Amino acid sequence: MIKIEVRLYATLRRYRPELEVGEPLSLNLEEGTTVEQLLEEELGISTEVVKTIFVNGVAQSPGYVLADADRVGIFPPVGGG
Amino acid sequence: MSKDRLRERIKGLAEAEGNIEVIALEKIKSLSSEFGLPPKEVELAALEARVLPRRYLRNLGTVGWDGQAKLLRSTVAVVGLGGLGSNVLEALARMGVGRLLLIDGDAFVDHNLNRQTLATEANLNVSKVEAAKARVATINSAVEVVTHAVEATPDNLPRLLESSNVVVDALDRLPTRLMLQETAQKLGIPLVHGAIGGMIGQVMTIFPGDEGLYALYGREEVPERGIEVERGCPTATPMMVGAWQAQEVMKILVGIGKPLCHRMLLMDAEAGTVDVIRLETKKGM
Repeated sequence: MIKIEVRLYATLRRYRPELEVGEPLSLNLEEGTTVEQLLEEELGISTEVVKTIFVNGVAQSPGYVLADADRVGIFPPVGGG
Repeated sequence: MSKDRLRERIKGLAEAEGNIEVIALEKIKSLSSEFGLPPKEVELAALEARVLPRRYLRNLGTVGWDGQAKLLRSTVAVVGLGGLGSNVLEALARMGVGRLLLIDGDAFVDHNLNRQTLATEANLNVSKVEAAKARVATINSAVEVVTHAVEATPDNLPRLLESSNVVVDALDRLPTRLMLQETAQKLGIPLVHGAIGGMIGQVMTIFPGDEGLYALYGREEVPERGIEVERGCPTATPMMVGAWQAQEVMKILVGIGKPLCHRMLLMDAEAGTVDVIRLETKKGM
């Protein structure tokens, strides 16, 4: 098992309403879990819509395999001007 | 030589300010009249003579003499004059970017009033670029403004942007932003991207050859819009992001600081956080 920390930004906070604004979510996951699996299976967030994921401060693609102690940030599309 | 005469007149009208020489705004204007030269040319001549146009006094400590001259000699295109664009414009004009190319086909409507600094109760239904030109004339008459009251398209953008040193992305549709990135890259011009929604904002500088927005959204179809559909654009968000964009422009033009290159600043004013994420790992370097 691996333990990771997830921060949901803006409208994505609705996927974990029990969290305070800015409070990270701690999750225990199977070894080998990808970012895509984290979003789709664990959090119920579609990777069709949400593409901006960063792990330990670096943007990563959905296929990235998570490791123990990874800090994941998930950011929605933002297009206003 | 008229140039020597101008320099002589500038030196004659200069005043001491601390340990530098400055020339007051009204003297720039009267020399502009006297010599039949645009105020920008008089300001550049003053800088060459190491006499600072006094309006830029508070820039000097950060941008320096050469930096101020660089700003005055630069051309920046601002694509979109809404919440982001209006805030960026105010900053670029005041800092002394010598030439601004403004692209926006819209006129003001009342719901612009919550955040678009160019919108006033008196100018509803007025063209945004025309209002922008008028505003710039009141705050920095040395800045030359070229207006294009058109929507940005792949057909018109290359021609409209080609003389610019930096382009500012102040658009409001994601596919159009990608198109702007493509165009700027083909022209070899750095692009300062900014986007907002609710209390969230993002800023990054995209140089030719950078992945830029593709690093965020991948190469598949990008949604038309983002969280701004649900959360709107409250007043301070475009001010915050537009200000970051203006700082990026200044850094690129003057050659100071570290532009947000291969990095994106993610601002979440709701949570009170600012993260800077790295967008590309440097492969094989």
